[in-house]
Amino acid sequence: MAFEKYDFTPLTQSIHQGLLENVSPLMTMIIEWTIIGLLYLVFVAVFGLFLVYAERKVCAAFQQRLGPMRVGPWGLLQTIADFIKLLMKELIQPKSVDSFLYNLAPFVVIIVPFLTISVLPFAPGLQSLDFDIGVFFVTAVSSVGVIGVLLAGWASNNKYSLIGGMRSGAQIVSYELSVGMSLITMIILAGTMQISEIVELQRNGWFIFKGHIPAVIAFFVFVIAGTAETNRGPFDLAEAESELTAGFHTEYSGIKFAFFFLAEYINLFIVSAMAVTVFLGGWMPFHVGGWDGFNAIMDLIPGLVWFFAKVLGIIFLIMWFKWTFPRLRIDQILTLEWKYLLPINLFNILLMAFIVLMGWHW
Amino acid sequence: MAELKEIIISSDNIKTDEYLVNMGPQHPSTHGVLRLLVKLEGEIVHNVQPHVGYIHSGIEKMTESLSYTQIPHLTDRMDYLSAHMNNEAVVCVENALEVEVPERVKYIRTIMAELQRIASHQLWWCATGMDLGALTTFFYGLRDREDILDIFEETCGARLTLNYSLPGGVMFDIHPNFQNRVKTFIKKFKKILPEYDELLTGNVIFQERSKGIGVLSKEDAIAFGVTGPSGRASGFSCDVRKHQPYSAYPLVKFNEALGTEGDTFRRYQLRIAEMWESMSIIEQLIDNIPEGDYTAKMKGVIKLPEGEFFQRVETARGELGVYIVSDGKKNPYRVKFRSPGFSNLFAINHIAKGWKIADLVAIMATFDLVIPDIDR
Amino acid sequence: MTHEELTAYLSSRFPAAEISQGKQYVEMTVAASDLHSVAQQLKEAKEAAFDYMVCLSGVDYPDHIKVVYHLESTSLQHLLVLKVKTDGRENPVLDTLSDLWPTAEFHEREVYDLLGVKFNNHPDLRRLFLDDTWGFPLRKDYVDDVHIVSR
Repeated sequence: MAFEKYDFTPLTQSIHQGLLENVSPLMTMIIEWTIIGLLYLVFVAVFGLFLVYAERKVCAAFQQRLGPMRVGPWGLLQTIADFIKLLMKELIQPKSVDSFLYNLAPFVVIIVPFLTISVLPFAPGLQSLDFDIGVFFVTAVSSVGVIGVLLAGWASNNKYSLIGGMRSGAQIVSYELSVGMSLITMIILAGTMQISEIVELQRNGWFIFKGHIPAVIAFFVFVIAGTAETNRGPFDLAEAESELTAGFHTEYSGIKFAFFFLAEYINLFIVSAMAVTVFLGGWMPFHVGGWDGFNAIMDLIPGLVWFFAKVLGIIFLIMWFKWTFPRLRIDQILTLEWKYLLPINLFNILLMAFIVLMGWHW
Repeated sequence: MAELKEIIISSDNIKTDEYLVNMGPQHPSTHGVLRLLVKLEGEIVHNVQPHVGYIHSGIEKMTESLSYTQIPHLTDRMDYLSAHMNNEAVVCVENALEVEVPERVKYIRTIMAELQRIASHQLWWCATGMDLGALTTFFYGLRDREDILDIFEETCGARLTLNYSLPGGVMFDIHPNFQNRVKTFIKKFKKILPEYDELLTGNVIFQERSKGIGVLSKEDAIAFGVTGPSGRASGFSCDVRKHQPYSAYPLVKFNEALGTEGDTFRRYQLRIAEMWESMSIIEQLIDNIPEGDYTAKMKGVIKLPEGEFFQRVETARGELGVYIVSDGKKNPYRVKFRSPGFSNLFAINHIAKGWKIADLVAIMATFDLVIPDIDR
Repeated sequence: MTHEELTAYLSSRFPAAEISQGKQYVEMTVAASDLHSVAQQLKEAKEAAFDYMVCLSGVDYPDHIKVVYHLESTSLQHLLVLKVKTDGRENPVLDTLSDLWPTAEFHEREVYDLLGVKFNNHPDLRRLFLDDTWGFPLRKDYVDDVHIVSR
């Protein structure tokens, strides 16, 4: 197919071969690891900053203002300036915190997105880890983040932080269930947990179209639960500045605060990327059956562009939620999960299993 | 099995501790320097103890060494969001002197007061949305409030603390543009107000957060002296404009918006309804402002006859009472301001008990507290 | 009730009280010892039904402190000014009315804070605005050389 010409496999293979010819296999591995690690580091930092900028601009558009406009053209350098400011800020550690846990928490929180991001396929051939249990790995690893939030809430020795941490704990543990369930629905459809294969299976149609109604339901549940899992509005109870000032990161300053901040945005990216990978065909272009000319034009757009376009679309949707809805209360948030999303999900799994059983999904 | 039983029995003795949280003096939802000492069990509020006085400025003491023309300038520092309505407390001095105020002044005062009420409710609306986590409302409310502030600026040069009313009349005549601008604003705002409903009122989450929350019964509203929209939402008919009309209020037809539920949502709806009422009052008056003087003839030094005078005016928050004790000199012997915020604030403990912290914030938002009004 | 009816009713009900028609409202002065019982009757009697305390103010006079209650009936739409004098200024004590009108609890705290009138049986009589060591600023003999400029 036409879009195969954008495949990154030849590039990565040639780098691998070149290294193997020149240095020992061990060194090859080490060099490759380093390159990949650095790439992810740069990606997380740059994309995180971009998302902060995007959020400020989106928010400004909703609120009928311009957003950052002073630093650089259209304020493009604003977040970079902010980041430098955060780097140079004094790290204030309150006297009575549990020092070890207090310092550990931001690192736990920031490590999670790095782990999760490693299995995401950005474009054909651009995926560093391809487990056969990829989806399971994502759900498993992403739940580590809540430990960081709980640690931060507990170790700060601040009642607001503690309430925020506990809220966040209750919320994330609940919503993880829905995220997992909606992914399971799609795994039933795909028949595999390997992410590269899930994407490959969507070559002739995205799962959201292939899976009929249950896939659509699962998609909406996933987006709602994903928003809740990233602690974003209207589910931003853990921070809830009108109630808890800043929730679990009240006592953090400087770069440690930036870690929480960055992790939130990268988690937003990961949730969107998972939604895109599992429901919207990953880097696969949009095809309409029978329209060969249209499909050929779609194929001309590289997979990387497709992936990021879809991801940014979902991110915009989630930002839209945040700037339109009021915040839920803690019991309402749990009611929504346990009384509505979970039963819907369980029923949905049955429905999907039935559809797959009857072979209606192709 | 026996072990399990033991565990169950021993876990009965496990109790969560109550703990105290200081909300304020610097806290995003107290809208100023109010400190609430909240006793919580988990998320549930057990007791709210307001601590006030952080910006107590002793206005009542200051008035004792000021003249009657100077005192109105202090009144709009109390509830700065209903500055003009506070200024209107000069009616008390006029009544005491038995001065007949020109009709024109009455019209101007009422129109200004209702504009101020709309402006105050707009700011309340955006702050309420923000307290409930819908940050976008803040900018919508402020955007529309700007129009009113521009009208104020053109009329009397000030945007927030107007100082427009003085004993006997108003400071200056209205600007030639005044009527046109007010009419343009009303026309525009009538289109915008339904937008407020679309953004917040109709929202499912907002309704979930506010319906049935923090119910204040009519009896409690009267007992705690909760006036203004907060009291009326409980069915306490306390609109001074209706019961003891002053200025041009006897001349206009308007409904006193009343509720029965007394919950957060009703308090919210009531203020939206009041904005509609205010617009209708302004519409009735704006075309009929009579010609005449903008102030009655007053002596240079005002001396009130000996005695005690009490006057109530309806501000955006409720009933402002002015109690003047005069000994016949040019300074009052004692002035007491019965500010609406003061009485309203202390009802919060009664209704917030048993609700969650998030509800406490919602309740506070719909009580529309202005801290200088409480501290004076 | 009109002012005349109210005056007539009150004078028949409370012969000991001093009732006069003020410039705006009916005014009634009672002795400090009668305050609570009078207030209770005013609130509970069907003909009076003063269920809403509008305002509670304290006024400092050279030889006593007067506490003024503005009471309104929400059902009958009449207003009464109830006044009570304390016994001297050294240690002024009155009965609390916060059990009848809960709003009085905080108004009384304010009067205690600013004028130093103590209220018996008050559930929580603490300073409201100022700290414990402060004087009573609304008293006429209060001196503050720093903040008050006298002319």
